[in-house]
Amino acid sequence: MVAYTLRRIIMLVPILFGVSVLVFMMLHLTPGDPARLIAGPTATPEQVDEIRTMLGLKEPLYEQYYHYMNRLVHGDLGQSVITHDSVTSELAPRFIATAELSGAAMVLAVIVGMTFGIISATRQYSIVDNVLSVLALFGLSTPAYWLGLMLILLFSLHFGWFPAAGRGGLSHFVLPTITLSLFAMATVARMTRGSLLDVLNQDYVQAARAKGLSESFVLIRHALKNALIPVMTVVGLQVGQLLSGAVLTETVFSWPGIGRFLVDSIEARDFPIVQGGVLLTAVVFVVVNLIVDLLYGIVDPRIRYS
Amino acid sequence: MSETRTGPSATALQAFGSGRMSRGRGPLKRVLRNRAAGVGAVIILIIVLAAILAPLIAPDNPYTQDLGASLQGPSASHLFGTDSLGRDVLSRVIYGGRITIPVSMAAVIIALLIGVPVGLASGYRLGWTDSIIMRLTDILLAFPSLLLAMAIMASLGVHLWTISVAIAVTSIPIYVRLVRGEVLRLRDREFVEAARCIGVDDRTIIFRHILPNGLSPIIIQASLNAALAILNVSALSFIGLGAQPPSAEWGAMLADGRSVMQVAWNVTTFPGIAIFLVVIAFNLVGDGLRDAYDPRSRSS
Repeated sequence: MVAYTLRRIIMLVPILFGVSVLVFMMLHLTPGDPARLIAGPTATPEQVDEIRTMLGLKEPLYEQYYHYMNRLVHGDLGQSVITHDSVTSELAPRFIATAELSGAAMVLAVIVGMTFGIISATRQYSIVDNVLSVLALFGLSTPAYWLGLMLILLFSLHFGWFPAAGRGGLSHFVLPTITLSLFAMATVARMTRGSLLDVLNQDYVQAARAKGLSESFVLIRHALKNALIPVMTVVGLQVGQLLSGAVLTETVFSWPGIGRFLVDSIEARDFPIVQGGVLLTAVVFVVVNLIVDLLYGIVDPRIRYS
Repeated sequence: MSETRTGPSATALQAFGSGRMSRGRGPLKRVLRNRAAGVGAVIILIIVLAAILAPLIAPDNPYTQDLGASLQGPSASHLFGTDSLGRDVLSRVIYGGRITIPVSMAAVIIALLIGVPVGLASGYRLGWTDSIIMRLTDILLAFPSLLLAMAIMASLGVHLWTISVAIAVTSIPIYVRLVRGEVLRLRDREFVEAARCIGVDDRTIIFRHILPNGLSPIIIQASLNAALAILNVSALSFIGLGAQPPSAEWGAMLADGRSVMQVAWNVTTFPGIAIFLVVIAFNLVGDGLRDAYDPRSRSS
């Protein structure tokens, strides 16, 4: 297990390196002069020059990259062009807000998604299965931000049950969590159903049944354990989807998270913030998937040896 | 799925063509028999036709403002009501398809045009080419897709073509991996060996023998990907990084209607339904195709 873990961590190095290069290049791929772009159309040449100096754009590209990487390994993501605060201190509190919301959405998606998937699979082609399958398809096809708006329309503006915006007590979580989790919930439900159906048709499950074990015992002890392995991968990949969805959910519900902040920063052309935020979410996504993969190796030892 | 297998003779290879046709006919019938896929195809057809014929069927000009008639609810004169500038919401929804659908389809096509050849090269050449391509896809897949698209929009600037490019880039690695997997599955099959034995060049082997046999998962992925592209294109517009006002794009309309939601539910409701319908239609077609080609992974 130690060797497997080490191997997986070493495999991350080139990916993270590539991610950092892409994020670094973001500023340099802009058409025209990035300093002028950031300064805006009304800026004086002096202001443009100030930004050029601040971002180190006067140095040759390889030197810029060297400084960028040097700062990065020390945990320094640069400073905001607008507030002049460090990017890390700007991102940290917002990152916590996003993590709270995504965490809540993930928990909801896994609990409801798996439950629905199991119900569907154990009653294949029944009315319940058909209804749940259609609901899952709806979940995959509904634009999350639109669902959020509709929930606000109904439960905040019409009934007044839940707040429409902001972060606060538990009631603030209800609508954004449902909005954000829907897509992941539908994906988990589908995957659980498909994977469980596959397993239920395997010989060893038939054998367990033939031994006279009760259906619920067969399901819990024999089928679920194996069926949940592919579901785990999907859950790991859904983290990326949740971080994407958080941008939209946070915009709809004015949630003070990293997603909405990135949208605002792109509009304000605050490139250091955008670069830092994109880098941070990518690293989180990669690390979560590493953890999922490692868990995978614990749950299913066959994976470690392949 | 039935595979075409031929022995190592030229005549057998010629028979390959006819084998391919029968392979195509069976699943096609099954797709057509799949009611859900049929419904999806009809919805797509109606919405695409509506978008093409928009100037003929839209009751009003989608950009004509009538401030005296702003924020009206649905009525006989405005079936979907009017928005804050008094523009007819139904006309804007019909015209909206003219932006969202082509921009999304362009994204799918760009992703296919790059992802498929790169995946073919990666799976067929293997070695260094493969290693480098795989590491590059790993890097692209490390970004949550919408965030990658946002970053690209921030760099390239907001235009309709950059939306297509940004959304395409997020799905290219998926096609590369899918196609590479198909090539690996097929490259050592007897019919490919046979072609190689009689001296067929690599290009012909890849495009005439491997690609047609690996086409069905690519088509399935493309239709599911189209659904996702429409969601992402309208999402970018919704957060202000896509189609810009006064453009009648569905996501932009939703953003526009947000501020008046308290008094006019219709402005946010109808464009959302339009997005939902197109996305579910592409998902239905994708699921139907998958059921037809790969009965093992039946979704419903």
